[in-house]
Amino acid sequence: MGISVQNVSKHFGDFAALTDVSIDVPDGSLTALLGPSGSGKSTLLRVIAGLESPDAGTVCISGTNATALPAQKRDVGFVFQHYAAFKHLNVHQNVAFGLKIRKRPKAEIDRRVDELLELVHLSGLAQRYPTQLSGGQRQRMALARALAVEPKVLLLDEPFGALDARVRKDLRIWLRRLHDEVHVTTIFVTHDQEEAMDVAEQIVVMNDGRIEQVGEPRDLYEHPANEFVMSFVGPVNRLGDELVRPHDIEVMLEPNGTTDEAMIDRVVHLGFEVRVEFTLNDGRQAWAQLTREEADALELEQGQIVYVRTDRSRAFTGS
Amino acid sequence: MTTRASRLTLRTIALGYLGLLVAAPVGLVCYRTFEHGIGPAWDAVTTPDAIHAFKLTILMVIVAVPANTVFGVIMALALVRHRFPGRALVNAAIDLPFAVSPVVIGLALILVYGQGGWFGSWLAEQGIQVIFATPGMILATMFVSLPFVVREVMPVLREIGTEQEQAASTLGASGWQTFWRITLPAIRWALTYGVVLATARALGEFGAVSVVSGKLQGQTETATLFVENQFHQFNLTGAYAASFVLAMLAIGTLLSMNLLNRRRGAD
Repeated sequence: MGISVQNVSKHFGDFAALTDVSIDVPDGSLTALLGPSGSGKSTLLRVIAGLESPDAGTVCISGTNATALPAQKRDVGFVFQHYAAFKHLNVHQNVAFGLKIRKRPKAEIDRRVDELLELVHLSGLAQRYPTQLSGGQRQRMALARALAVEPKVLLLDEPFGALDARVRKDLRIWLRRLHDEVHVTTIFVTHDQEEAMDVAEQIVVMNDGRIEQVGEPRDLYEHPANEFVMSFVGPVNRLGDELVRPHDIEVMLEPNGTTDEAMIDRVVHLGFEVRVEFTLNDGRQAWAQLTREEADALELEQGQIVYVRTDRSRAFTGS
Repeated sequence: MTTRASRLTLRTIALGYLGLLVAAPVGLVCYRTFEHGIGPAWDAVTTPDAIHAFKLTILMVIVAVPANTVFGVIMALALVRHRFPGRALVNAAIDLPFAVSPVVIGLALILVYGQGGWFGSWLAEQGIQVIFATPGMILATMFVSLPFVVREVMPVLREIGTEQEQAASTLGASGWQTFWRITLPAIRWALTYGVVLATARALGEFGAVSVVSGKLQGQTETATLFVENQFHQFNLTGAYAASFVLAMLAIGTLLSMNLLNRRRGAD
């Protein structure tokens, strides 16, 4: 087992950041901790790294109980949202830091740093200082620095959170490939469900300091355990007590017994996808996601009366 | 046009202010020092009393500045990184040497360490004389130069935050390694500036030291007290020459600290 967290709780003053949290992360896997801000996902990551100590519970890394070990002895690589670059050291020195602390021979350090800079595509920038790098480059440097010491686990705290959308997408594809190459057990924290689905093999959904559900991305999307998970991992419409995904709503021109009458408020074309906003007879509002072809075939327009089928909706009791 | 005129005015005011208050007096000291050539000036600062006074001043600096540097960094770390009871009080107390007149500080030291003071009689029994002796003068110098390093380092510590240090610890660095390799380089400019200011203050301290020294010529007379003494004895060349040496010491500190930093530094 890569990482095993058992019954961990953590308070900051009166605030319960984590309440009785347990997760298992398989060796060599890539796991996302997904949740809104304040859900405890970063705290959980920092507890695993030893940057916070839990009030209760245990943390095992590679079968060793690490609960009492300080961060420096846990053999973890940690990547911070804001890079935490050592500003007075250049890229080479930043990446070499952990190896120097371990007193490795200079030739070995140089060789290893060169390898890593190659891996993160920063080979030509070894002599630059962090302030001379872009955000994406800094984060790749931070990743190389964390990998240099060959950590047992790699922990990334919103690693792409401070980057702009384009770089973020590039980097997450790159992270995915990197993980295929180095195969180190990796946990990353994100509040972006698309990012989690894109990168992770396993997703841990967190809310209010608790774990809501653990599963593969597709599993979470198709079989959400509760209302929170369903509404967090994808778009939803709320129809009374029921939740329905916009792409699960069918729009038709004729009633067929299982449909409800609705009037179209707005038709929004978003490239391939068309968003149809409508109001049902009882005043409830919702939207359906159609492909461009579907929408074109129906010739939908504002003010039109249509019939919608929402029977793939889902009700969660007790949540 | 108006901007050019206003820029010119601003520059004139700034330079004029500096010129009148700083450059003119300091320049005049230089001029007076060497008015009759280097010979008389050299003679004035190489008398046994003068040499003793300079040695004593340098002793003050050598003890007070390193002590306040180490204490200052520890204090700054404690105040910025930790919350403890009495923190606000400590924070305020550090500014006391700025707020209180040095003469008052000198008197306060006498009240504590002098004969009949809190520790005075006990210390006297142990054969240690603090007041009217070097230990008291060192204490006074330490007191007045205490806030500089703390106050220079605190805002920088606050600004750099703790992420770099946390990153270092996850990379296997111990607390001590993290301090030397990450924290210290990050605060080094502030630290340098604090040390330079503390040194200048220690070199130039007059009031507090004057009160606790007893002003015994050749025994408890620091360079500043020597200058005053020479001035009162109408030995103006001696006073000016000693002042000149003091100024050179201060400038020397500034330059050497700068140089030291550049050699180490990467920015």
